[in-house]
Amino acid sequence: MMIEALIAVALLGALVTFVAPNRIAGKLAFAISLIPTALALWLFSAFDGSGNALLGGELAFSSNVEWIQFGDYTISWFVGLDGISLPLVVMTTILVTLAIVSSWTPIDERESQFYGLLLFIEANLIGVFAALDFFVWFIFWEAVLIPMYLLIGIWGGPRRKYAAIKFFVYTNVASLVMFGAFIALVLGLGDGVTSFALPEIADAMVNGGGVQTALFGVDPGTLTAIVFVAMFLGFAVKVPVVPFHTWLPDAHVEAPTPASVLLAGVLLKMGTYALLRFNFTMFPEQVEAYAVPIAAIAVISVIYGALLALAQTDLKRIVAYSSVSSMGYVILGLIAYTEFGVSGATFQMVSHGLISGLMFMAVGVIYNVTHTRMVTDMSGLADRMPVAAGVLVAGAFGYMGLPLMSGFYGEFTIFFGAFGSELLAYSQVFTALAMFGIVIVAGYLLFALQRTVFGPYHLETDYEIGRAALHDIAPMFVLLGLIILLGVAPELIFEMMKDAVTPILETGGGL
Amino acid sequence: MAIFELPGWTALAPAVLLAATALALFVIDSISPTTTNRGLLAGTATAGSLAALGVAVWFVLAGVGTPTIDGGRGVIDVLNNQFVVDQLALFFMIVITVVTALVTVASYDYMEEHAYQAEYYSLVLLAATGMATMAAANSLVTIFIALELSSLPSYALVAILKDNRGSVEGGLKYFLIGALSSAIFLYGISLVYGATGHLQLETIADVIGNGDANDYGGLLGLGILMLIGGFAYKTASVPFHFWAPEAYEGAPAPISAFLSSASKAAGFVIAFRVFTEAFPVAQTASVIGVDWTVAFIVLAVVTMTLGNFAAATQENVKRMLAYSSIGHAGYALIGLAGISADGGALVMGAAMMHLLVYGFMNTGAFLFVALAEYWGVGRTFEDYNGLARQAPVACFALGICLFSLAGIPPLGGFWSKYFLYTSALDAGLLVVAVALVVNSALSLYYYSRLIKAVWIEDPIAERDSLSQPIGLYAALVVAAVMTVALLPMFGPVADMAVNAATAVLT
Repeated sequence: MMIEALIAVALLGALVTFVAPNRIAGKLAFAISLIPTALALWLFSAFDGSGNALLGGELAFSSNVEWIQFGDYTISWFVGLDGISLPLVVMTTILVTLAIVSSWTPIDERESQFYGLLLFIEANLIGVFAALDFFVWFIFWEAVLIPMYLLIGIWGGPRRKYAAIKFFVYTNVASLVMFGAFIALVLGLGDGVTSFALPEIADAMVNGGGVQTALFGVDPGTLTAIVFVAMFLGFAVKVPVVPFHTWLPDAHVEAPTPASVLLAGVLLKMGTYALLRFNFTMFPEQVEAYAVPIAAIAVISVIYGALLALAQTDLKRIVAYSSVSSMGYVILGLIAYTEFGVSGATFQMVSHGLISGLMFMAVGVIYNVTHTRMVTDMSGLADRMPVAAGVLVAGAFGYMGLPLMSGFYGEFTIFFGAFGSELLAYSQVFTALAMFGIVIVAGYLLFALQRTVFGPYHLETDYEIGRAALHDIAPMFVLLGLIILLGVAPELIFEMMKDAVTPILETGGGL
Repeated sequence: MAIFELPGWTALAPAVLLAATALALFVIDSISPTTTNRGLLAGTATAGSLAALGVAVWFVLAGVGTPTIDGGRGVIDVLNNQFVVDQLALFFMIVITVVTALVTVASYDYMEEHAYQAEYYSLVLLAATGMATMAAANSLVTIFIALELSSLPSYALVAILKDNRGSVEGGLKYFLIGALSSAIFLYGISLVYGATGHLQLETIADVIGNGDANDYGGLLGLGILMLIGGFAYKTASVPFHFWAPEAYEGAPAPISAFLSSASKAAGFVIAFRVFTEAFPVAQTASVIGVDWTVAFIVLAVVTMTLGNFAAATQENVKRMLAYSSIGHAGYALIGLAGISADGGALVMGAAMMHLLVYGFMNTGAFLFVALAEYWGVGRTFEDYNGLARQAPVACFALGICLFSLAGIPPLGGFWSKYFLYTSALDAGLLVVAVALVVNSALSLYYYSRLIKAVWIEDPIAERDSLSQPIGLYAALVVAAVMTVALLPMFGPVADMAVNAATAVLT
């Protein structure tokens, strides 16, 4: 019942905030959001699961109630956590709380609606990571879109309407493709599968011999391949990988800072999480067959994303494109299909969530006082706002993978796991190319920092820069603390991730 | 077991209660014709429809229509099978009474400035009586009488704003096309009677089944075709759909909600009943030489496509909703298109679920238009711009209804469309299933356009502060809440719909 409580608190909080007066909405939402955060931390300490949720592992905090029976299939309310989903749930609750605090300064109209939507997103994000029935999962997955669409569309920058509709259409079409493919898969599995519970479907795919019957004249092998590719494409848009990344910079640049924090911090992880849960758990044979093209996409995302970031002059765009690059590492770790590769990728999901959240907040704080994000408009900000500039630099080093910060551990384990992969042909070449990406990352980050933070003070816009308020700075320090904590003591979450990831690789027949 | 048995006609209690309420409203008006007590009139009408709803729900819970083997009370027939009260009838009576209650509550505010209020409410209740009777009618004669009982008050209701040109024009168009299609329907009945010699549905099926009608295959086929025409009119499907945009646009918005939700559902229940009870697919096909489901496959695809494409090009919100309601008639027609296949009960059950969910979400959307008309903000998308700044709660409810109409999870509309989709695939209707998905995706465009207008766009002109009429708000919020609250209840609803469909199909 704990997961239900978590979701219910966020949902009720959203409703209460929605009708509360604008004046108190921000503080109220913050107070409410502390409850799920505390609950999630309690779940973390009381976690007693083991193994992978889809492959017969011991679930924590699970509940399974029959919901709808239609024809041969049963849909159930089925939720539970394992070592992959729990850290993501905890990260989500923390990021939402911090995002709420970071909105106090920039959001100055229709506050109760804004904070209500943030809490509504939180409920759905928790649901995405906790759901173990396809329909329950899909409901939460889709329900994230609507509040994010409104957050961008109402409180965004000058081109917000375009960005919001582009985000919505892109990701919705992708969901439709993925949804159709998955339903075809379940129909193809035939009479053996009578529910949409993900463990049952995973079992039928991995141990039950997969699709046996032809569907609409498509033979089983081809059908499985089509489903795998369609689902990969559906999730690839969400991640995003090149060439499906074009919605991301628009959405990020136009979105208000807190929405960017959640978009980069959690929404992108929905894509990689789903890839891990569906494609990489249920289709071990197809993973092997398509390893090289997927690795190529991953490496292209790393390098091309970094090159795109190098070419930007808008700070927020730089951070946005860097996400494309970072998500490429995650895909590389997944396709390596080794213990270190996949658990490193899972670790990197959490790590990148924290670091990118931090970077967007830092850029947001700078924008709040300077009213510009253009690199060319400012220099020497360290002179006037030393704390915010310091945090920005620290976040950038986290991105570059400075040891003792979480980014280092995530990327190191991914490279380590990918280099030794037996499943992936030319794995050393791919790993080397991806590692070269780090150089470009360091390049664009240092280049941008050098121009904005260091050097003599200069600002094109004529705003008086004062000290940033404490509630602007505090969330960034919390994130920075977590990043360093995970960098120093990665085993806090890495062990449970490894435990949950190992069964995938055993059944997959890889390393 | 009960100590004493009630007479059979009491099984029609929901319809009887609606009729009694309509008459009570006349009495109230005749006591003091010169004064209008809005609260009393709307209250009586709502209480009557809620009582009918309560009785229908009670019947369901008490097992009326559930086979006696399963511990229920079995199907109750009235007047020698001229009416039957089974799960199908009760399911649609629930849909109809729910919509009636929502509409009468909303009308309390909407009709504030208008004359003829007592007449208005009693006409609504009379039309609802006709619709509830349609749900139970089991013979072509009773079906026709019930159809007319629901149609005639509807014409008057559309035209009730006598000073409004649009209202009168819509009423006239509705009446003319209604009269024409009634004539066609009646002619169809006479042809079926000529071919089979019966009007009661099961006996028609018997005649078709034992081969007595084999000599009149052409006659029967023509009769069935004309009956389809009559249904198409009542459900606002192609080819008799073109009254709908005019009538819905001209009518008072609560009446548009009433017609597009309840009246459409009533049209579907007679179509479901007639085509499953009287014309079993296989036997009828061997007599007339054609499988009638082909007609519904074509009509379903054409109706949903036409409705959605037309809706996408509208500038007027009410017209957009009118065309969208044509599109949804197309989705529900899948229920008839897939009946011949093995999973026929699933397809029809899914269509019934869609009509139930549609009863809430579509009524909610039209009631928001009623609210906008009450505020006097205008008719086009642009006029609606920025309403969420002034009325966030109402706009939130609208958002839920529209996203549900578009079939976005987790709302009710997603589930019913998903069940339609899988059951159509199961029945082998690949083309129909694909058309459903494509049309749903397209519909998101025009629904989200309205959401964008109220939530994201800035108002084009300064507006005075908007009042919060309690009746309209209550009805709108209830419709939206029910769209969401159906989710946990979807299990029993799905069971009932599929059971009801199985019962009439076998």
